Amino acid sequence: MWPPHRLTAALVLAAVLHATTTAAQGPASPAQSASDVPALDLPALDVTEIAPGVFLHAGKLEDWLPANGGDVANLAFVVGSRCVAVIDTGGTPQLGRRWRATIERSTRLPICYVIDTHAHPDHVLGNAAFVSPDTRFVGSAKFNAAMAARAPYFLRALERDFGVSAAPDAVVYPTIAVDGTRELDLGGRTLVVQAWPTSHTDNDVTVYDRSTRTLFTSDLLFVQHIPVLDGNLRGWLATLQQLARVDAALIVPGHGPTRRAGPEAWAPQQEYLETLRRETRAAIKSGKTLSQAVDSVGTEAASRWQLAERFHRRNVTAAFAELEWEE
Amino acid sequence: MKHILGKWDRREIVAAGAALIGSVALGSSHSVRAQIKSGDQPESSEMWLKVRASLFENRPIANVGDDTLVLDAPVRAEDAAVVPVAIRAKLPQTAASHVSKLYLVIDNNPSPIAAIFSFTPQSGRAEIETRVRVDEYTFVRAIAETSDGRLLMRTRFVKASGGCSAPPGKDPQAAMASLGKMKLRVDGDVVLGKPTLAQLMISHPNDSGMVMDQLTRQFTPRRFVRSVNVAYAGQPVLSADLDFAISENPNLRFYFVPRGPGALSVEVVDTAQAAWKSSLDVMPNA
Repeated sequence: MWPPHRLTAALVLAAVLHATTTAAQGPASPAQSASDVPALDLPALDVTEIAPGVFLHAGKLEDWLPANGGDVANLAFVVGSRCVAVIDTGGTPQLGRRWRATIERSTRLPICYVIDTHAHPDHVLGNAAFVSPDTRFVGSAKFNAAMAARAPYFLRALERDFGVSAAPDAVVYPTIAVDGTRELDLGGRTLVVQAWPTSHTDNDVTVYDRSTRTLFTSDLLFVQHIPVLDGNLRGWLATLQQLARVDAALIVPGHGPTRRAGPEAWAPQQEYLETLRRETRAAIKSGKTLSQAVDSVGTEAASRWQLAERFHRRNVTAAFAELEWEE
Repeated sequence: MKHILGKWDRREIVAAGAALIGSVALGSSHSVRAQIKSGDQPESSEMWLKVRASLFENRPIANVGDDTLVLDAPVRAEDAAVVPVAIRAKLPQTAASHVSKLYLVIDNNPSPIAAIFSFTPQSGRAEIETRVRVDEYTFVRAIAETSDGRLLMRTRFVKASGGCSAPPGKDPQAAMASLGKMKLRVDGDVVLGKPTLAQLMISHPNDSGMVMDQLTRQFTPRRFVRSVNVAYAGQPVLSADLDFAISENPNLRFYFVPRGPGALSVEVVDTAQAAWKSSLDVMPNA
């Protein structure tokens, strides 16, 4: 594997080059108003080159909150010979602007694709910062419906919890809808975007970089951060079986550190989700109500994960509402 | 099946709900809308005052304790789309005196009147458990109306779910694929003349219709379960007028009193006037 090294030194040099390219960036995105800090002055996000031409900003292992500026999801970009693809844009419009500034300080190539891995705020509320004539947004064919239903709530949470007032056009929707797989040519390297049946959400996509065999699972895999169920538990377990067979060298989860490919990368999450399924089924069979199940199911399995207190009861709720329909 | 709604008929409730939706249109007014974070002063909640006026006019409403009316709701909505709520009236349910209605109000939802449940002496207990969507930090209220016209209320404050949790359903396409499928179940021993717990599950996206199509800029038509009527051996035991505040795949737990062998029969109607029926034969033990 490519030895990871810090990119910070390179960014200083790139920042100088950046000044000459900003004028050609096209119309300002909806979130860039006169009162905003110029992108050049924004502090860069920490970025690590995890494989040749593959750069990762590791989000904090925390919930999407003002204290961390919404900087909790793993964000990545992949550089080809012609252009750059960005994988997720961050949890607030402000973070999106920092992320774009960070990328533009490291490469002069245009951003030709933004891939939205799923319609959750911590991954895609930075989209507006990337609106440009050069850039096409890519997501699951089910992304737009899911995001349209949730956008008012996400914007309200931004306002209520973050004190950020964002106009409805701060939410940017993909125009390339992936149903099955879609290849994106960056010049000299191809990314494969793949949509999955309902798992973590109903609109998950993964990204696979063929040249380095890096698999970006987004939230189909959580590492250390407790998995969060907002889709279909049985679907997610089935998807995991298939993901484990992908010919990958390196796996980048949606939250938590990267993993070398192998069964141990998937095992902790698989075990948690299987326990959740088993114990929820048992609670339903014994006639427990949803409220009773939430207090008892899977507490031991959840205790091995960070942020269990924040998400585990929610996972039991979603699992119960799904599994009570099993015959 | 005979409906057992009293003074309020369905059209009036729809009209009241529609008027209230108009005053809190989602999205467009998000920047001007006051966002509450604390559970202080439940009586002065602006939305509650509107709901109160539309449902109860100036009638007195008594705040009561757990000995009279229980409202179970979590302190925080773990999953904004599926928040379990239970209302249990502790008053006798007899022909002479009973709880005729339970109202479920969620002040800060786009349509605050989530449900109105009507009961009869044949219900055995005026109790209901269901799951609702909770949009915001909000007061949740249960108001019991007795057969002699008293109004009794319990109030709880529920914190909104944070992060990526939102009220819309998880997989509307899947819910639509099995639209109208029902599961009707009676748990435990069924004893002649004793209140018996039943559970009804309805596969339905229960769509709020507040989602704008990004291409056409049109809102999707709302489609949700509007009414559920349950009878045992031909006698009404529960009538529910529901709104899209009820979660995807509506789920109701309620009681009935079997006074002999009979069928527990259910009729469900949604806003598209689609109707579904289900029934379960019950043989109570003496």
